[in-house]
Amino acid sequence: MTYLLRRLAVFPLVLIGVSIVVFVAIRMVPGDSITAMLGTEAGLLTPQQRDALAAYFGIDQPWFVQYGRWLLGLVQGNLGISPTYGKPVLDVILERFPLTLELALLSMMIALVVGMPAGVFAATRNERLSDLGVRIAAMIGQSTPNFVLALLIIYTLSAGFGVLPAMGEFSPLWQDPLRNLGQLILPAITLGFAFAASVTRISRSAMLDVLSDDYVRTARSKGASARSVIWRHALPNALIPVVTLSGIEFGYLLGGAVIVEQIYALPGIGRLVLDAILQRDYALVQGCVLFIAFNFMIVNLLVDLAYVALDPRIRLGER
Amino acid sequence: MRTLRAIFAHTSGRIGGFIVGLYLLLAVLGLLGLTPHDPLMQYRIDRLHAPSGTYWMGTDLFGRDVASRLMMGIGQSFIVAFFSVAFAALAGTVLGLAAAWFGRRWDGIVMRIMDVLLAFPAILLALLIVAVAGPGTSTSIVAIAIVYTPIFTRVVRGPALSLKAREFVDAARTFGSSSSYILTRHLLLNLVAPLTVQVTLALAWALLTEAGLSFLGLGKQPPAASLGLMLSDSRNLMETAPWLMIFPGIAIMISILGFNLLGDALRDIFDPKMRRAIA
Repeated sequence: MTYLLRRLAVFPLVLIGVSIVVFVAIRMVPGDSITAMLGTEAGLLTPQQRDALAAYFGIDQPWFVQYGRWLLGLVQGNLGISPTYGKPVLDVILERFPLTLELALLSMMIALVVGMPAGVFAATRNERLSDLGVRIAAMIGQSTPNFVLALLIIYTLSAGFGVLPAMGEFSPLWQDPLRNLGQLILPAITLGFAFAASVTRISRSAMLDVLSDDYVRTARSKGASARSVIWRHALPNALIPVVTLSGIEFGYLLGGAVIVEQIYALPGIGRLVLDAILQRDYALVQGCVLFIAFNFMIVNLLVDLAYVALDPRIRLGER
Repeated sequence: MRTLRAIFAHTSGRIGGFIVGLYLLLAVLGLLGLTPHDPLMQYRIDRLHAPSGTYWMGTDLFGRDVASRLMMGIGQSFIVAFFSVAFAALAGTVLGLAAAWFGRRWDGIVMRIMDVLLAFPAILLALLIVAVAGPGTSTSIVAIAIVYTPIFTRVVRGPALSLKAREFVDAARTFGSSSSYILTRHLLLNLVAPLTVQVTLALAWALLTEAGLSFLGLGKQPPAASLGLMLSDSRNLMETAPWLMIFPGIAIMISILGFNLLGDALRDIFDPKMRRAIA
């Protein structure tokens, strides 16, 4: 428990660190945000108008004053206004987040549904031909960059079947579930592929470790069926590394998949951040990065909690 | 030498080693300009030429030879990967050793800074750095190095902490060995194995990130060739000229596969449990 409390205490410190890094970094990007926002029209501004705009967005002050104001807003749940969208930053983020969350969940589901059985299967057939096949497939899967896979999928579909992935306006899950799934399934497979490969590898090696343990031998010798040994005795103990890996990967996916979103034209968090950086939308970049880092840390914390739930030894060991 | 022999005895080590060796050769040839054609030369009459005896992997929209550009791109990617991983390994080792050796406040400061860097998704941090410094080879190197430094710091700090508490370090100290001698001779030498494994896997990751950055147009700038950019440019011509996508795509994949296989083999070899099994 003290460990978790200590982790929680570090939380705000890390977030403040993250926000300072972003705050300073984004202000070092060459070019100013007003020109980036207005494009060629920025040339029509009189110096007075430009100053007024800068004052309106609060970017006429030195960075530490801006940071102080921003931090003050943050405490009140206000992440500022995005000049690009003309809306509160939090609203913009929350509009995009459901897509990213859904995509991350779908990818993780694909990874677990494919990866865990494959890993367990390979472990039970250790060093046989089928094990080798799974291992080779997993190694290739893990080495395939998602953008290469995305292009290969699109190419195969268009050249082989004359269809293109569903693009166009994105429809949220609650409006048109079928269309939504149609739009997200290929990106989810793309992201889930390498993820599934990692899950396969780690569940195979965790399972192999566990299968050579004494209690498994005991269970076998008392006559438990092969299936019961694997699913009841071995698997729960092999789950911990799988949970860690999945948690970390899921945390990364919540940060948005910049390139895959770009290829499939999906308006998720990844593209939002990329565009915000390119637009020099300071408030939006800060808000997004803080949001992503926060999610990432929460997920990591949940993974730690899952350890405790999965492994009673950790709980007992603390006393 | 013994490690090399062990790699050769290990199946995935053999395959990984062969792939990495082949790519190194291609990279060197590509960087020296020893390519079948000039990678920047536009053979206008042969635009979008399918793979043939003259153009092994076809030509692109401007009539440039894809195979030659691929070799140039591999050279480019390897430069970024090697330098970024070298910097990250160096910085991570120094920081990790310092954190473990000096302990207390130093350890706290270094590790909290690393926590901050680790709280960023890797590609996001790289994007931010590229946005600040402008796209290009040196920026990619710096960006990837910064992203990977915290991982090396952790890889070094953990084992260094436990080594520091071992008897042989106390013994060395009683003999009057200086801190720097103990750090380099006793700690660092014992960290070579985990570092080698991490370096190999980091190279795979660095190649991936470099390709990703250049895919987004934030790496090496045209007309120079880079694998990510070639792949990104192929998108609009996918149906008329699939070779523009297939060759760079597979080239990126196999390079990463090579380093992953080699990294796996090294991990097996350096893991004492496994070594006993092999011997």
